[in-house]
Amino acid sequence: MPEALKHFTDTYLMWNEGYLIWISDILIALTSIGIVATLTYFKKWKWLWKEWLTTVDHKKIGIMYMIAALLMMFRGGADAMLLRTQLASPNSKFLTPDHYDQIFTTHGTIMILFMAMPLIFAMFNIAVPLQIGARDVAFPYLNAVSFWLFFFGAMLFNISFVFGGSPDAGWVSYPPLTELGFDKGPGENFYLLSLQISGIGSIATGINFLATILKMRAPGMKLMKMPLFTWSVVAASIVIIFAFPALTIALALLMLDRIVGTHFFTMLHGGDPMMYVNLFWIWGHPEVYIVVLPAFGIFSEVVATFARKRIFGYNSMVASLLLISVISYFVWAHHFFTMGAGADVNTFFAVASMMVAIPTGVKVFNWLFTMYRGRISFELPMLWTLAFVPNFIIGGATGVMLAVAPADYQYHNSYFLIAHFHQVLIAGPVFGLLAGMYYWWPKMFGFKLDERIGRIAFWLFNIGFYVCFMPQYALGFKGMQRRMYTYPAGMGWHTLNLISTIGAYVMGLGFLFIVVQIVYSMKHGERDVTGDPWNGRTLEWSLPSPVPHYNFAVIPQVTDRDMWWLMKQEGRADELRKFDAAAIHDIHMPKNSGRPFLMGLAFFVAGFGFVFNWYVLAVIGLVGVALTMILRAFEWDDEYHIPAEEVLEAEAALGRV
Amino acid sequence: MAVARGNVLPREQVHEKPLEYQNPNQAVKILGFWIFLATDMLLFGCLFATYLVLRTHTDGGPTPHDIFDVPGFTIETFVLLTSSFTGGLATLAMRNGNKRQVIGWMIVTILLGLTFIGFEVSEFVSDAVQGATMQRSAFLSAFFTLVGTHGSHVSIGIVWMIATVIQLWRKGLNPVSARKVFVVNLYWHFLDVVWVFIFTIVYLSGVVM
Ligand code: HEM
Ligand SMILES: [Cu+2]
Repeated sequence: MPEALKHFTDTYLMWNEGYLIWISDILIALTSIGIVATLTYFKKWKWLWKEWLTTVDHKKIGIMYMIAALLMMFRGGADAMLLRTQLASPNSKFLTPDHYDQIFTTHGTIMILFMAMPLIFAMFNIAVPLQIGARDVAFPYLNAVSFWLFFFGAMLFNISFVFGGSPDAGWVSYPPLTELGFDKGPGENFYLLSLQISGIGSIATGINFLATILKMRAPGMKLMKMPLFTWSVVAASIVIIFAFPALTIALALLMLDRIVGTHFFTMLHGGDPMMYVNLFWIWGHPEVYIVVLPAFGIFSEVVATFARKRIFGYNSMVASLLLISVISYFVWAHHFFTMGAGADVNTFFAVASMMVAIPTGVKVFNWLFTMYRGRISFELPMLWTLAFVPNFIIGGATGVMLAVAPADYQYHNSYFLIAHFHQVLIAGPVFGLLAGMYYWWPKMFGFKLDERIGRIAFWLFNIGFYVCFMPQYALGFKGMQRRMYTYPAGMGWHTLNLISTIGAYVMGLGFLFIVVQIVYSMKHGERDVTGDPWNGRTLEWSLPSPVPHYNFAVIPQVTDRDMWWLMKQEGRADELRKFDAAAIHDIHMPKNSGRPFLMGLAFFVAGFGFVFNWYVLAVIGLVGVALTMILRAFEWDDEYHIPAEEVLEAEAALGRV
Repeated sequence: MAVARGNVLPREQVHEKPLEYQNPNQAVKILGFWIFLATDMLLFGCLFATYLVLRTHTDGGPTPHDIFDVPGFTIETFVLLTSSFTGGLATLAMRNGNKRQVIGWMIVTILLGLTFIGFEVSEFVSDAVQGATMQRSAFLSAFFTLVGTHGSHVSIGIVWMIATVIQLWRKGLNPVSARKVFVVNLYWHFLDVVWVFIFTIVYLSGVVM
């Protein structure tokens, strides 16, 4: 028996892989024990299940997305620190080469799919129904399913580090490197299955929010009266709907190659790896717009609110959002200019890539014109928005440089590229979503985050950001390639790398200050009693903070853009804040359900089974998936109503009747 | 809200908006389903693209010409198109408020669907017996994956239709069950459209070339 045990620990627990794995094992074990013990001690299990795990309330789902995304930001950030530590000096042996490969792969994958994506979904869920005057999303149950698919997909991805080994072929996972012949380990299977599971959830979210916005707006809210964040969600949802199927297929075909032994992308029997590269980037490029468009939406809200002005050029803002989402489909081949597509193809994709700069430029100018002569107040959401502008201008300019196909032969896969995409991905989605988090935080929790600690975090993060990534442009020109485990001394790279690493640590410190800020503010943060702490413009600010679970006691009538602002200007704010008892009726709400959680769990079990080719487990998981779906079909009674008296009581307690 | 009296709905309710659209809640679900179909269409689009790229990559193994069996896929096509028609009749009966007819046509549709799957499985098995397996060449990988994905969609559709029939039988015709009947048939027609593409792009052009 000890023999079998040793085999098991060596193969699956990777007990001979060194201290990094042991530390992680121990940390995971301690955290899990800690969570279980705390929940048991405070007798919170029932509360957790009833209030959170089974919830279909979009506001709570949004909060869960946000917590999960921040945790993933921590994990991805820890990966980044490890990578930068390894690169700080020449000939470093801090990490093994295998671990370096695994860590840059998990870092990239987690940041894009398990940090940026859930963070945009958090903002969708938190803000959209409130902004359009709806009581819920179109498909609340499906919304919960989406969340749990994301969550269990992320879990499946994360356990790979301590159970069986992480993927190590880059976040793009190109074949033939990822084919069974070159990559036996389970890491690649973890990658394929976890992305697949969470990807299904993302498609469902896209469908859900498009239907919500098209069908559930308050009466009078014409499309061109919608807040710009809602518009950005429309654009992002459309891109999700059109892009994710390509990822689904790319992952599925590679999975078939690895598990069934087909030959889509192998070098044997006629497979064609370029087919994967194309499918991947048909999704991959639009994906970066999926995560940045909502950030653009947030900037538009924040700029108008904190400059106390109507947004400049609303129509051109909408048009540019939609234009960006269309052009994003015609640029994918710029990710492989050097792979021999030929001059004509490269020219087409180069020109299309540069064209994206036009609508993006329009947006930046509109934000600047909105600020011009506004009475700007520099609170945290506005600070992050302002910091975005110069960053994005540099990032955009280096992007245009990369889009010059002949020049790309020089920068391709160099640190220049690393610097460019971090600059746009951090300034866009990360700054944008942090701005959104600060902006809607009082709406979610009823208190503001502490301003002072927030400013420290802001400056640390920003300064660290430039210190970290500016030297990398130079490193790229000096010939340093991406995904290099280490480099010899005497290349002239050492100082720049050291500076870059210091910058990364400063950013890490900035992140820690955000954590401190959240913890501190839970106790000491300024309470939001008005529901409108920023003097906002859109409907969510007419509601109390935190919002009652039915959102609007009475659905508002909309006649204008920036409806809430207008009503405040005209002294009519009380129309949305004080109701006649007669105006309040029974409200229909969806019932909570444990099935979305169980369905996610079943997907996890199936995925885990396939990762290790344990087919019995896989089949058990798939049966679970089928069962939860069929049970759902037979469930007819999934709504309840809140009687008018109960709503009346709740609203009276808030002083709104 | 419309309630079935016996098996037939009252006339005046039949002539308003179609039953499945009468309740705005159900109408949103139908819109959502249309959007889902768009994503599924793109999924098949990617599989078709892969097939078109790989169909000549036979690696010295069986070619389309060798394995496609003209009478076989013609019958399959005929059966599936007929099932789409009977599915349409089920929707029509639902619009007319006749529960018994809806159930009847859906059962016919299910049986035709099963026949289709039967033919497809036997085609796949006979291919495999001749050595034309998914693992033999990129062309065969693409072929089996594309056609198999369609086949698994059809199988899911069959289970779904059975579930719908049971619900219809238990709960009668009302906006909720009407929406379910409408949506499952929409899905079924969609599979038919996809099959028409498979028929022309895979089978017909395969035997012609
Ligand atoms: C504290 C901030 C960050 C630091 C210090 C950092 C650092 C790094 C480093 C050192 C690499 C590996 C470079 C190499 O060896 O090739 C890398 C790769 C990458 N990073 Fe980051 N990163 C940060 C944040 C982010 C964010 C926010 C995102 C996305 C939203 C992101 C996306 C990626 C991607 C996609 C890769 C490529 C992975 C691959 O080559 O497969 N990073 N990053
Ligand atoms: Cu791109």
